[in-house]
Amino acid sequence: MNFLSIFVLIPLLMLLGLWLARDQKSIRGVMVAGSTCLLILSAVLTVLFLQERAAGNTAEMLFTASFDWITPLHIKYSVGVDGISVAMLLLSSVIVFTGTFVSWYMNKEYFLWFTLLSAGVYGFFISIDMFTMFMFYEVALIPMYLLIGVWGTGPKEYAAMKLTLMLMGGSAFLMCGIFGIFYGAGGQTMDILDIAHQQNGAHLIDIAQQHIWFPLTFAGFGVLGALFPFHTWSPDGHASAPTAVSMLHAGVLMKLGGYGCFRIAMFLMPQGAQDLGWIFLVLTGISVVYGAFSACVQTDLKYINAYSSVSHCGLVLFGILMVNQVAATGAVLQMLSHGLTTALFFALIGMIYGRTHTRDIREMSGLMRIMPFLSVCYVIAGLANLGLPGFSGFIAEMTIFVGSFANADTFHRVLTIAACTSIVVTAVYILRLVGKILYGVSTNEEHLKLDDAHWEERFAVICLIGTIAALGSAPWWVSNMIDSGVAPVVEHITAFAANTNLNPFM
Amino acid sequence: METQFLYTILILALPFCSFLFLGLFGHKLSHKVAGLIGTTSLGLVFLLSLYTAFEYFFGIGRNVQGIYQALVPYNTTWLPLGNLHFDMGILLDPIAVMMLIVISTVSFMVHIYSFGYMHGERGFQRYYAFLSLFTMSMLGLVVATNIFQMYLFWELVGVSSYLLIGFFYTEKPAIAASKKAFIVTRFADLFFLIGILIYGYYAQTFSFSFVETGSVREFASAAFMLPTALFLMFIGGAGKSAMFPLHIWLPDAMEGPTPVSALIHAATMVVAGVYQVARMFPLWIAYAPDTLHIVAWVGAFTAFYAAAVACAQSDIKRVLAFSTISQIAFMMVALGVCMPLPNGASPELIDHEFGIGYMASMFHLFTHAMFKATLFLCAGCLIHAVHSNEMSAMGGMRKYMPITHWTFLIACLAISGIPPFSGFFSKDEILEASFAYSPVMGWVMTGIAAMTAFYMFRLYYGIFWGTENKEHHAECHPHESPLAMTFPLLFLTAITLVAGFIPFGKIISADGLAYDFLAHFNWALGAKSCFIALISIGLATWIYKGEKQPIADKMQNAAPHLHRWAFKRFYLDEVYQFITHRIIFKYISATIAKFDRKYIDGFFNFLAWGTHELGFQIRGFQSGSIQKYAFIFFLGALALLLVMIL
Repeated sequence: MNFLSIFVLIPLLMLLGLWLARDQKSIRGVMVAGSTCLLILSAVLTVLFLQERAAGNTAEMLFTASFDWITPLHIKYSVGVDGISVAMLLLSSVIVFTGTFVSWYMNKEYFLWFTLLSAGVYGFFISIDMFTMFMFYEVALIPMYLLIGVWGTGPKEYAAMKLTLMLMGGSAFLMCGIFGIFYGAGGQTMDILDIAHQQNGAHLIDIAQQHIWFPLTFAGFGVLGALFPFHTWSPDGHASAPTAVSMLHAGVLMKLGGYGCFRIAMFLMPQGAQDLGWIFLVLTGISVVYGAFSACVQTDLKYINAYSSVSHCGLVLFGILMVNQVAATGAVLQMLSHGLTTALFFALIGMIYGRTHTRDIREMSGLMRIMPFLSVCYVIAGLANLGLPGFSGFIAEMTIFVGSFANADTFHRVLTIAACTSIVVTAVYILRLVGKILYGVSTNEEHLKLDDAHWEERFAVICLIGTIAALGSAPWWVSNMIDSGVAPVVEHITAFAANTNLNPFM
Repeated sequence: METQFLYTILILALPFCSFLFLGLFGHKLSHKVAGLIGTTSLGLVFLLSLYTAFEYFFGIGRNVQGIYQALVPYNTTWLPLGNLHFDMGILLDPIAVMMLIVISTVSFMVHIYSFGYMHGERGFQRYYAFLSLFTMSMLGLVVATNIFQMYLFWELVGVSSYLLIGFFYTEKPAIAASKKAFIVTRFADLFFLIGILIYGYYAQTFSFSFVETGSVREFASAAFMLPTALFLMFIGGAGKSAMFPLHIWLPDAMEGPTPVSALIHAATMVVAGVYQVARMFPLWIAYAPDTLHIVAWVGAFTAFYAAAVACAQSDIKRVLAFSTISQIAFMMVALGVCMPLPNGASPELIDHEFGIGYMASMFHLFTHAMFKATLFLCAGCLIHAVHSNEMSAMGGMRKYMPITHWTFLIACLAISGIPPFSGFFSKDEILEASFAYSPVMGWVMTGIAAMTAFYMFRLYYGIFWGTENKEHHAECHPHESPLAMTFPLLFLTAITLVAGFIPFGKIISADGLAYDFLAHFNWALGAKSCFIALISIGLATWIYKGEKQPIADKMQNAAPHLHRWAFKRFYLDEVYQFITHRIIFKYISATIAKFDRKYIDGFFNFLAWGTHELGFQIRGFQSGSIQKYAFIFFLGALALLLVMIL
């Protein structure tokens, strides 16, 4: 048994523990113990990974292991990690850990689904077999329906249905794409590395086929990555989801999209990415600007954050589509940064909503005097979101922009500059929000009686802020780690994609 | 690496630590302890900066040719970006060291002053934490070794400015002003960022050590890329330094506590744009001299515009704010009028005499920081005394506040350019450089200098002489401020008195060679500008000194529209308001949001509805009645038969 599998094993044991647990205290015990183990495990993995790299191990994937699973169909259970997946595992652990504290008063069934969701997420990030990956992807998506439908707020049935149906629609595209790749590559293996490196790397998938399967796979994952115009599940879904589910969903699940686009769609079909990437690049460019402008006029806190996520996740896909090592590193950094920042935002929104019972910014004001801790953290989250140096957003955005700018043609330049404008618009909606709800004087008598954060809430929030600040003030190590994971993928894409120039804008 | 300067890291580390400490644990400390922590760390920074300056200017700063060199005591890769890298480090050269002195002096004085001014305010600890954050960021900005590090700290000073303007966060104008300041400067920073991206891509470096990187030369051959990059960076600088038309945030920023206005919005942060142009100056002069004309004329127009508006304002802080805009524009002009050798003998060398504007700009930056901080701190004392910013609440204040009165008068004389106060010397250099550039520019700047003297003395007489608001004064009993507030005034005034005699030309010049101050000082020009300033002051005295001001009223009545326009700052704020609210919010954002809900979302809802309806229709086939099944079976069989036959 490879030790990466422990990442899936722990959530399974947690499920067992939760099933056996009889009272709230033991439920919390199981959750805290389990998520702490996961956090420690990912920290250990990071250290081991860095040591291994420092020792000169340059294999694409480390700690690999493979077991036959469904032999006639060539499906294997294969695991392995590179710099990108280590970063993602670390992110997931932080979010699951803090999410546990944020959902302190939830019941057993909720935690069961929550844990199952995280099992899916971990499984996805450690897999290097397309089918296993897809299976874990589905495992992560389905609990969402129940978590929103049962424990959500507002029009929760509609939101849960919409979210699930749209993501399932994406999965349908994705499945077509995956089988297309499988048969296109000869129908012998589902292993990503094997497909990529078959016959000394000369890619087996026929170019005409790549042109069909690339858009399907990319759009399939893109739905989860909030790619315009498939993003509309995000505002409704997030608005209705309970706090920790929003955190996990925006923080980690949306990253599955970007990760999959990079790891499967682009890595396995370089020519497809080269020829058709521009379509998606335009769409992500629209996402970035469109999401930011939409957020400016929203009045629901969660809608603002959801549209902000559309904009920031747009930057993730934008970065990877630049097919440039620096930009792609920036994209992964942006995944980390957006995951943490948005989780922090949703946590704080949940806490404020839990007290004021409203998320309408017109009905709140002067919260700074009433709940200083939450308000100060909200300001910090806002500043981190608008890319203040010292927080993770800054380094991620700067890396993406510097990388994108290296694509020295007008098409890429114009898109990069358009994406840059989002940093101004982000400042507009964040400051508008902060000015409206936190500053000023409270006009609502009811609000004056509210209390500030409890200890478990404070703990969760401080952990998230600490991670964001640590990432933002000492970015070199994580940047180097991610870079080591991105480099072979980008090299592979650039090496096996002939410049056929199907982009009409170039 | 020059390890003997390694201690300069402390200059950044001390305020950072005090920020962290006060930010995290400030609420547990008493006001006094929190203030003391902030002030002590700044005091140490002040001493360290003095020591650094001493070591640099009189010690190892000069190389064997007697030219001040750029030292890099510390530099490390902070974020690798492929071929490029984002470094963090410390760079010491004459302008950086000069800025260290300016920032640490004014900041230290403001820290002391705030003890008195902010006494008993709620959030006192938070205030000191933000001050520390600001000082750290500003110091980091000036010692940056590369343009990206500058941008990083540039953003940080922006956010500390935002936090400090919005310090009184329960008041609506403060919230609006802080938001405006941040967004306007952020908008300008967008151009700065794009400029950096262009520069980084073509020069393959972000570093300021231009000489060592041969790639700059290749960059220069990439057509207009370098001038474009520099111009975009200048737009960023124009945002921070409140150049027209991006100046609109600065007057509103006066909503912040007055010591903050003195520190951030008069002496240090607002000159960041000038500093940035000065930093990139070797590139400007060598590769983009034509673009430099734009800098000069934007500066000249801003100087004129702000001076005109300042003549009509009634809020004392607003007058000072517009005066600041105008004076910063003087510095920009001084940089803009530097031209390479006219005969084109060697385009990369700056003619020694033509480079005088660069020196003048930095000189004026230094003297202006001192006297403008004095003016703002005096304004703080006055506001403290009468609880109002309006000139109408003042008048005749000289009787109540002698120290404030005298320090204010000296600073006014300095800014008007009366010898022997510091402003005379620095402004004279600027005028000289302007005349060398073109006589038109020279006369324009002289005219604006005259306006400066006029509005400053209008302000002076309005506050300390003029019509006294006796009712109001009987109510609030104005009195001189405590020592914590008067000491900084006296200290900064003392610097203003002597700063003009600092041989600035010896330490700062565009090409590193020293100017002989006495030899090139243009006495005729000095006498001329001094004479014009005196006439303006006389005019202001004639109009505004008396108890009754018939001439002022007459002037106002003679041109009511002009006065109204100037008072309303030529309605520029309304134009911006229109653009942001009407166009951006109402037409762009609202339209996009509506489009999203109605069409994109509508499409997916339509899909869901369609599927549902389809299912509803098909449902009829599963009716359960045998006859119907048999009928359909029959039809199907018939169809199959037809297919087979055909």
